[in-house]
Amino acid sequence: MTIEFLIDIIILGFLVITAVGIAVSKDLFASVMLAGIYSLLSAVFFVVMDAVDVAFTEASVGAGISTILMLSTLTLTGQFEDPSRHNKTLGFVVVFITGSLLIFGTTDMPIFGDALAPVQLHLAPHFIENSYAEVGMPNIVTSVLASYRGYDTFGETVVIFTAGIGVLTLLGFSSGGSTPLVSVVAPMHQHKILRVVSKMLIPPILIFALYVQFHGDYGPGGGFQAGVIFAAAIILYAMVFGLDTARKVINQSVIQILSALGVLLYGSVGLVSFLNGKNFLDYSVLAHDPLHGQHYGILLVELGVGITVTAVMVSIFFTFASRVDKEHGGNA
Amino acid sequence: MIIDIISWFCLLVGGFLCISGAVGIFRFPDFFSRMHAASVTDSLGSGLIILGLVLQSSEWLVISKLVFIQIFIFLTSPTSSHALAKAALHSGLRPWTKPVAGRDDR
Repeated sequence: MTIEFLIDIIILGFLVITAVGIAVSKDLFASVMLAGIYSLLSAVFFVVMDAVDVAFTEASVGAGISTILMLSTLTLTGQFEDPSRHNKTLGFVVVFITGSLLIFGTTDMPIFGDALAPVQLHLAPHFIENSYAEVGMPNIVTSVLASYRGYDTFGETVVIFTAGIGVLTLLGFSSGGSTPLVSVVAPMHQHKILRVVSKMLIPPILIFALYVQFHGDYGPGGGFQAGVIFAAAIILYAMVFGLDTARKVINQSVIQILSALGVLLYGSVGLVSFLNGKNFLDYSVLAHDPLHGQHYGILLVELGVGITVTAVMVSIFFTFASRVDKEHGGNA
Repeated sequence: MIIDIISWFCLLVGGFLCISGAVGIFRFPDFFSRMHAASVTDSLGSGLIILGLVLQSSEWLVISKLVFIQIFIFLTSPTSSHALAKAALHSGLRPWTKPVAGRDDR
């Protein structure tokens, strides 16, 4: 029994405890914080499994931005769970059956770390041995994500874009034009320390986001993480210096156009390779040297992902915040 | 060799402070003293652990990354503790004092 195995067991045990805590807790605030802890624990687990890219995504998306978005939802819904009006046993039966089927399904899977599992025999060796020659990226994860599996990543970007549109249609356009002039999410004038420290931290966060965006070819990182970090910096700015100040810096209609522009950029790269007689998202036609083409393609595609993710996250936060204005605007 | 000893000393003391902070979160009587325990973990515990790791590493890139992490923690963790305490105080939570016989605090 190695020490790594022990760490695995401990982290997975913590994950189960946290999940039970989320299910049991009636306090939604505690549930949101526990969900953030759950994401951080999964990120730690991914690091132990040497999947740093996934861990990075989980930490920034799961523990970072979704906690912020859930907390801003809580300002609309209130802190405590309503007493349940539906049948609890029915839910338990459904969950029990689904869970048992899932556990039953795992019996067909290869055991953990099996060297003879199909994925280790068929795809992984190809990626490990040939990806540097075919794509030219030191980070295999990036070449799989953006080049071999570019179509899947395109789908993920479209999903994020669709989620943004969904939030906007549900909350954003309900009664347009009635936003109060002065937002409730006011600048924190009385919190001098918060203002000073955020002023110091926001520029490094933005630079770090750019580093993550453009260094993704060589180390862990990429459009998703960078977009989320960039959005987190903007949201921090909006929370500390007030929504009105943030709106002056970031125009809301521009950010909505940007969220579509990222997807458009991604799709257009695919179309260009289409028009040059190759498969959709085959970047080798973008330059004379196929490897350079791959580089340009991955750079553009990751940029598209980053722009869309940033824009969607920021516009979701702005939509929530202006909804808070509508609900609490009278008694502010 | 001496560097190894210093670094292990830092790592062990840092680990001890982290554990004692966790114990403090459970054992202290009210919100503010618990927060104090948590901030010990954040500042001194993680600081000592990162110092120990810096002494262990030989690459300048790793050392500079660790230093950046330490600066970031050094800035954010006291700030968040401050914001938390201020929010608690503003929402009406009073620090716990030892109950005195014959006086009703509530």
